Amino acid sequence: MNLHKYKVKAVLLASIVTIFISCSSDDKQTVTTKNTLVMQEEFSVDGAPNSALWTYNIGTGNNGWGNNELQYYTDRAENIKVENGMLKITARREQYMGEAFTSARIITKGKYETKYGRVEARIKLPRGKGLWPAFWMLGADIDTNQWPACGEIDIMEYLGHQPTKIFGTLHGPGYSGINSISKQFVLPNDRFDNDFHIFGVEWGENYINFYVDGYLYNQIKPEDVTGDWVFNKPFFIILNMAVGGDYPGAPNSETPFPQEMLVDYVRVYQ
Amino acid sequence: MKNRKFYLKNSLLLSLIFIINVNCERELSDEATDATFSKTAEVFIDAPVAMGSDFYFPYGGSKATAWSVDNEESYQGTASMRFDVPNANDSEGNYAGAIFRVDGAGRDLTGYDALTFWAKASQGVTIGEFGFGEDFFPNKYITTITNVSLSTVWTKYIIPIPDASKLLNERGMFRYAAGTQGTNGMGYTFWVDELKFEKLGTILPLNASIMNGANVTRSTFVGVNQNITGVVANFNMPNGVNQSVSISPAFLDFVSSNPAVATVNDAGVVNPIAAGTAIITATFNGQAATGSLTINCTGTYTHSPVPTLNPSNVISIFSDAYTNVPVNYYNGYWQPWQTTLSNDFSVNGDNVLNYTNFNFVGMEFSSPTVNATSMTHIHLDAFIPGPITAGRQLRVKVVDFGADGVFGGGDDTSHSTTFTATTPTAVVSQNWISIEIPFSAMPNLLSRSHFAQIILEGGDNSIIYVDNVYLHN
Repeated sequence: MNLHKYKVKAVLLASIVTIFISCSSDDKQTVTTKNTLVMQEEFSVDGAPNSALWTYNIGTGNNGWGNNELQYYTDRAENIKVENGMLKITARREQYMGEAFTSARIITKGKYETKYGRVEARIKLPRGKGLWPAFWMLGADIDTNQWPACGEIDIMEYLGHQPTKIFGTLHGPGYSGINSISKQFVLPNDRFDNDFHIFGVEWGENYINFYVDGYLYNQIKPEDVTGDWVFNKPFFIILNMAVGGDYPGAPNSETPFPQEMLVDYVRVYQ
Repeated sequence: MKNRKFYLKNSLLLSLIFIINVNCERELSDEATDATFSKTAEVFIDAPVAMGSDFYFPYGGSKATAWSVDNEESYQGTASMRFDVPNANDSEGNYAGAIFRVDGAGRDLTGYDALTFWAKASQGVTIGEFGFGEDFFPNKYITTITNVSLSTVWTKYIIPIPDASKLLNERGMFRYAAGTQGTNGMGYTFWVDELKFEKLGTILPLNASIMNGANVTRSTFVGVNQNITGVVANFNMPNGVNQSVSISPAFLDFVSSNPAVATVNDAGVVNPIAAGTAIITATFNGQAATGSLTINCTGTYTHSPVPTLNPSNVISIFSDAYTNVPVNYYNGYWQPWQTTLSNDFSVNGDNVLNYTNFNFVGMEFSSPTVNATSMTHIHLDAFIPGPITAGRQLRVKVVDFGADGVFGGGDDTSHSTTFTATTPTAVVSQNWISIEIPFSAMPNLLSRSHFAQIILEGGDNSIIYVDNVYLHN
């Protein structure tokens, strides 16, 4: 078999479209280079998530966690538990503490923070309008350095009514919300709700690469953001499934409940 | 084996690089199918593809010339399929509809998961049906989406294949039916292009249902088959919207809760074989389908008495023993007061009129009317399977349309004969009631030269079977 090398030279073009056609499953892009495992959460112990690593966000935050989300986050097993080697975050349609939906969100803030590395998770996503699961990171200095100045790395965001698509996004000072630096990835000939997929970033000084499975689909560097680069410092990890809110819109009559976001593992490599 | 590698060097990366990785279609392994049939995906691109010469078969009553190849309009390439839906008053057919059937051996569609096409219309319009799998015989795997909204802009449409593993040799490549119910009877045109089977990988099968999702109970007899109907499968489409698809029962797997009472075959035909109760349920892609059919088999059917009269002495309206005269209908569904429905059945070749929810029902044979002047009696056999109350009547009313030969006109005459539990021919349950009425006992029937209707009355909204309806001398 031939070895193909594609080299892209910056001096040549401002815009290059590379179409890469592979006809056999063992032909893969090299998407990652950091391969020393430094943190692994395999969700191997049934029960509540490992408290040495995770804490819960409970309730509705401010204005539905800033997005007019419709769920109440709980720490109940109905909404979050480890079972059969998986973290299960379950969104339910139920009246609870004045909200119409419940779900869960866990964070590693204060327990695990990393500067740089390859941060990836293997996740099976849910289905249905209004569901908004995410695997993401926030700057560890958020308590003293308010969002968006602290920075946000959205490794994977997904809307339940777009089952073939995810988004990878950076938010920072001058480029947050609708002005964030974002790119979508559409899975070729498959969808995200019928099997597990690997979502990750490979993150180093002055670059963040976004990948799904064997597809490297974006790189963002300081010159790509319309403000200060705030990603050369530690971040913590977040897993959650929101219901409703400004981005996905509200669930509709076709949205099945309950819906699960299954996380097989979260791993960090350096 | 060496991997093909694609190195991205960070320092060389640009601000805008798109990497599109297109996987080639994966070939099926050799053991997946006895691949002796064509795997051609395309049905129409700029011309029909591998369809043979004789592939377009219009539905009965449709305008046979509705379909053509349009070399002016196309989504891609040089041509599209054009469908001119006729006005409702078009004498050549008041709708457009047909199947596209491969002229020759069928195709192996096991490698695909959808039939897709691009379509637009001359105006915003709802098309009744698009589908595939219809070959006119045996129509085993018909798959249809209904009420499809077309706009004036080319749009892609997707018909999910419910279970491609069954489509090893399919001739029905496309079907459509389009009328003018939504356009006040005015015709319009729509175009279909790039019609082909695809492996999208982006369609998620959801649940399926039988009997339209209801739990239906039917009483029946040994040997009286019942059909699973109302089979619908649901899919979550690539755009996140759920799509219902009407499908043939053969896509599902059926099971009987009591095979000693009733068996069910791959096509969803239920065969009762002994008295008792059996519940027929189904699975689709291994998941339980909603809905069920409960069979209450009351045992062996009691056949009506076999007529013995010589055919030359008989004018038959409904019987298996004689040739029937032309009959307009055996149930006129006369509104607004009639509740009677028809669920006619056949037991080993013995056809029976089965009136359910019976209050009254009329059968008419007026095209032409029957000249019964040489006949002396009317005969019919009736069977009430349920219990009857003490005052239960069964009235047989016969109608002659008079000299004008049509209903009304002031010359119609009729006579009604009432049977009860105490008349010489008694109304009973669970036995055949053989009714014989001489015309000489029908003084109000002034003529029988334009004999046209027999009306049964006196029902209590239960079931009555009727057989062997004839006149004789």
